[in-house]
Amino acid sequence: MSDAGDEDDDDPRRGEVAADVAAEHPELRLWWLPARVPGRHSPPELRGRLRSMSDRLRGAQALALRSQPIPHAYRVFYRQIGIDPDVHRIPVEAVVVERLRAGEFKPYSFLQDAVTVAVMETSVPVWALDATGVEGPLRLRTARDREPLGRRDPRAPWLPEGRLVVADDAGPLAVLFGDVAPGHLARPDDRDVVLFSVAVSGVPLVAVAEALWTVTDTLQVL
Amino acid sequence: MSVLEHRTPLVAPAVDEAAVRRTLREQVARLERELVAQATSCLPHLPLPAAATRSRAAAPRLLSLAELEAARDELAGRLHDLTAQRRTHADAQARARLLLERMLLAPGDHRWVRVTNADLGEPGCKAYHARPRLGLVGMLAGWWHVKVSSGCPLATGPRRRPRSSRSGEPEQAVAQAHAPDPAWWSQAAAAPAAPRAA
Repeated sequence: MSDAGDEDDDDPRRGEVAADVAAEHPELRLWWLPARVPGRHSPPELRGRLRSMSDRLRGAQALALRSQPIPHAYRVFYRQIGIDPDVHRIPVEAVVVERLRAGEFKPYSFLQDAVTVAVMETSVPVWALDATGVEGPLRLRTARDREPLGRRDPRAPWLPEGRLVVADDAGPLAVLFGDVAPGHLARPDDRDVVLFSVAVSGVPLVAVAEALWTVTDTLQVL
Repeated sequence: MSVLEHRTPLVAPAVDEAAVRRTLREQVARLERELVAQATSCLPHLPLPAAATRSRAAAPRLLSLAELEAARDELAGRLHDLTAQRRTHADAQARARLLLERMLLAPGDHRWVRVTNADLGEPGCKAYHARPRLGLVGMLAGWWHVKVSSGCPLATGPRRRPRSSRSGEPEQAVAQAHAPDPAWWSQAAAAPAAPRAA
């Protein structure tokens, strides 16, 4: 793991956390990593891996998920920032519920499926941004009053003051654990993406690194 | 001199807000853990109580002191509700276990009564059903027993019956003590139920 500006492209880079946010949540960390997506469609090996994951997941495991350390840590953090995790599920729970609803982990795209594998194996959320829309390193801060979420859509919503966002040098790109700015979410055809993840209190940094590396390794090996 | 003439001005003590916020966050973490533990440590798992007010959109922000206290209090209320619900479930399960014991001792006194593993708070889909032996004959003669069923739809079907039941007796009865069977076979209960005289 390296701080922003390090030359090693394979290591996740640590994003800056604003002082007021760090004072309130001293263990909050943002990690990001550029990645390259070889293609749009998942190869057969990745589809097979999704099928295997689908077969291994049972309802009892889904019920017990929230009592495991990492999902529990994210649930606690959700409550500490004003989100009810029983209404807005943490990412790993959302993936599991979708699997129960659909009956399988449905393949969508190479990138999305690699992220699904990483989330299921580590319980750490990973998001992907279109790299062409990212200017500078990512950081975690609070939004200014009526700051637009994103720059690519003139109809982008305005953020209220104090909303926790993931931003670059030019402005917010995503609400923390919420919506990504319109036009900035990585699409299946995008080749260059920026992955990012958030570590909260109780989530070991090695788990975050593993999540990001799982995505990049899945994209490279398969 | 009157006591009231000496008035000490009230000075609010300095409060370390950061410490208070840290304590509240720790309380929220502990309550969340207890809430999930209460819901998932019993069978069947209990659904987490819904919040009193549901926010439509996720609004992550740095909570104020009042908001942290409100979050803590709301969690404590939910935990209280869940604990009461769990206590009710435990009482119902204790009553079901007592009923099962009485069924096994005197099946004829609990005709057609059915107790499932869900009623008992145990995993699996086993069910205990007080039924007459030999169908209508047993019903008329007052021969009742407790039949244990696995509940699994695959439990029926062509299968070589155990030696003790090849003499023509009907399906598996609790009174027969069988050797350990695969998981989907129901297990014999402890007390044999002898047919009652008419």
